[in-house]
Amino acid sequence: MLYFIEQLLNGVQLGMLLFLLAAGLTLIFGIMDLVNLAHGSLYMLGAYFAATFAALTGSFVLGAILALTATFVSGVALEVIAIRPLYGRSHLDQVLGTFGLLLFFNELVRLVWGPAGMTLSLPSAMLTAVQIIPGVYYPAYRLVIIAATLAVAALLYILVMRTRLGMLIRAGASNREMVGALGVNIKLLYTLVFGLGAALAGFAGLMQAPILTVQIGMGENILILAFVVIIIGGIGSIRGAFVAAIIVGLIDTLGRAFLPDLLRAMINTNAALTLAPALSSMSIYMLMAGILVFRPEGLFPAASK
Amino acid sequence: MSVLFERNPRNAVTIGLLVILALIPLYAALTGNTFAMTLFTRVLILAMAAVSLNLIMGYGGMVSFGHAAYLGLGGYAVGILAKEGVGSGFIQWPVAIAVSALFALIVGALSLRTRGVYFIMITLAFAQMVYYVAIGLDRYGGDDGLTIYKRSQFGGLIDLNNKTLFYYLCFALLLASIYLVSRLVNSRFGLAIQGARSNERRMRAIGFPVFRYKLVCFVIAGALCGLAGALLANHTNFISPAMMFWTRSGDLMVMVVLGGLATPFGPLVGTVTYLLLEEALSRVTEYPGLFLGPTLLLVAIYLHGGIAGLLERRAP
Amino acid sequence: MTEPLLQIERLTKRFGGVIASDAITLDIPRGEFHAIIGPNGAGKTTLIGLLAGEIAAQNGAIRFDGGDITALSADRRSHLGLARSFQITSLFRDFTALDNVALAVQAHCGHSFRFWNDARRDDSLRAPAQAALDRVGLGGRAAMRVDRLSHGEQRQLEIAMALATRPRLLLLDEPMAGMGPDESARMVAMLRELKSSITILLIEHDMETVFALADRITVLVYGRIIASGDPAAIRADAAVREAYLGEQEPTRG
Repeated sequence: MLYFIEQLLNGVQLGMLLFLLAAGLTLIFGIMDLVNLAHGSLYMLGAYFAATFAALTGSFVLGAILALTATFVSGVALEVIAIRPLYGRSHLDQVLGTFGLLLFFNELVRLVWGPAGMTLSLPSAMLTAVQIIPGVYYPAYRLVIIAATLAVAALLYILVMRTRLGMLIRAGASNREMVGALGVNIKLLYTLVFGLGAALAGFAGLMQAPILTVQIGMGENILILAFVVIIIGGIGSIRGAFVAAIIVGLIDTLGRAFLPDLLRAMINTNAALTLAPALSSMSIYMLMAGILVFRPEGLFPAASK
Repeated sequence: MSVLFERNPRNAVTIGLLVILALIPLYAALTGNTFAMTLFTRVLILAMAAVSLNLIMGYGGMVSFGHAAYLGLGGYAVGILAKEGVGSGFIQWPVAIAVSALFALIVGALSLRTRGVYFIMITLAFAQMVYYVAIGLDRYGGDDGLTIYKRSQFGGLIDLNNKTLFYYLCFALLLASIYLVSRLVNSRFGLAIQGARSNERRMRAIGFPVFRYKLVCFVIAGALCGLAGALLANHTNFISPAMMFWTRSGDLMVMVVLGGLATPFGPLVGTVTYLLLEEALSRVTEYPGLFLGPTLLLVAIYLHGGIAGLLERRAP
Repeated sequence: MTEPLLQIERLTKRFGGVIASDAITLDIPRGEFHAIIGPNGAGKTTLIGLLAGEIAAQNGAIRFDGGDITALSADRRSHLGLARSFQITSLFRDFTALDNVALAVQAHCGHSFRFWNDARRDDSLRAPAQAALDRVGLGGRAAMRVDRLSHGEQRQLEIAMALATRPRLLLLDEPMAGMGPDESARMVAMLRELKSSITILLIEHDMETVFALADRITVLVYGRIIASGDPAAIRADAAVREAYLGEQEPTRG
């Protein structure tokens, strides 16, 4: 039971990270109609920046703030230099172009930071396990991730629903051309949205750095999960990304934790033993396939033009 | 195919390339440069995979981002059967093709009802799923991969361990694939596929049940790529999940686009270019990605916007 | 045999809050040349979309030749004998005119699971396609790529493709949009020629053409039929005069 609660929380935590990535991806796709494979690279940069700045300043929090800023700036620079020519192009062109960027960033990181990866240590306060309900202990830092992401989600909600920028974002998501025709500075809007996406990705990267990984190519694996999240949630919808991220995080984590034993209990053969871990990693793709059969546009499709 | 006999610069390059490829084993024998054989065998095999991708992506407008999965499935079919004691190529290769075709059928049935970027991401996700399944297969090497000690046996017909023979087999199969695909795309089936790429709404209006044709096309491409996977496993005597990591699918897409979408020899030209470029860069610098990456970006921006623009289906 | 070829019963379509088609009820007898007119935004193209099977109705039914086709897909309807042309030209732009029409012929020539023979050398496809092109006056432009044809020629090609499927009912959505006077005259002559052999439902803004060719006219305003009858009756109808005929739409340019 305790194990179950722990895994449940891990699932929520993974969901939170996925949400940060997916929110940026879905915003960028919804508003700029851009498929961005280099999104994972910004996630990676966030982690590397955080590890570097934390080591330099001796403070995790300071390092995180600097990393977030650096990632935002990197995102903006990337948008201005390399992403702008891809707007309005076919998705194939965008896939190829951002694929090239992905290769570039992996190599750049290898050049600057070396091939070995880095570690980021936590302040000792965060390392303690906290008792959330009597008898159940969960690492404080993982709770921080969940709390921080919920705060970001709330901020995003306020931004999108209550500010002028947010209004432009929502308008742009449902009718791109109209927003341009209204005389809004589209270039600036796009740059800001891209920067916001980069910041979200960087935030996810730096938050998970102490407990998961800081290495080259770390963006690739999680990017796929983020794609699954926005397919399930509906491209262009932040709300959809949130719901889908939690679902995907839970199913993936709980699936990996419990399915193998469940399968082995049910089918006691060699084949089951071999296939169990493989099958459990398939669970979210099965979910995605299932949803596609009934709702090909995802759970909360944003109105698209 | 008769178009090959017109005199123009593109044909000259193609024919020149074919001649060079045919002479590689001779060159390797004369100079002792076995690496050339290895490299170009790989080129031939991946070119075949690229031909299959060009069928659905170039001619059919289906931008599948999960094509490397079929290389993996075909390769794993050979590897798993070999490990379980079934060494005959007469069994391994048809199984490789059948498994790939079946997977393509399932993925296609689920994905082809979506369009645009959904389709791209969904094919990507399904391929990644196969990747993770392969990692989970401890018995067959898991993450580390599996060595194949004996290449597919064809009982005296041909010894695949003979590198020269293997090279020419791959070459022959590549040429056969190019020929078959070129006949396919000009047949009634092929025109239906191309029509669906050009204007799916129009196709439906004149009476084509588009889905079934796209699905069959998707399966054919998957099966052909599965065969390439079987060849690849034999070539490297090794299979691993890395064969189907999604960035490999990206590589395949680059090869197809570089060479020219919807052209018979484009995939071959693109594969040669990309692999040689990769090879050359890795000799010149320790960080090839620093140059390869921006090159891809520039290709995407400047080299073929027009062709890919035609590819992109407009939502009605 | 006295049953109408097309029976539209209370056909309704809403897009969000907008009612594009409001319980439309209409019968089209065999062989009739029926015109639909109405101001912009009246839902004429939506109606064609509903009839052709591109859009699904929320309510109502469509019967073709006695059978209920409401749930049938567009391609199934094409095989039953419905053909349409598009208001905004929708062709295979990177193919030749002949290729375009040949595809329409091919769609109705059995299945297309033929993988080997060159379909462009298949006379059973090319000959009928050429014939359809000749019929609309595009015979000489068969080998031209669509994106090199003039706008008027593209509109003619739309008709050729529709005809190539040997339809019993032709749904034409502003075929003359954007045509100059000569091309329009040619189109009118062709429509007159077709009048005897096919049932036609025509959407048009050019009132001269409409009144010259139509057996009956239906007037659509805000998705609803406000009048339906022979040309003389429509001309005299006060509601129609007020809603529409008073300010004649300029022919689309």
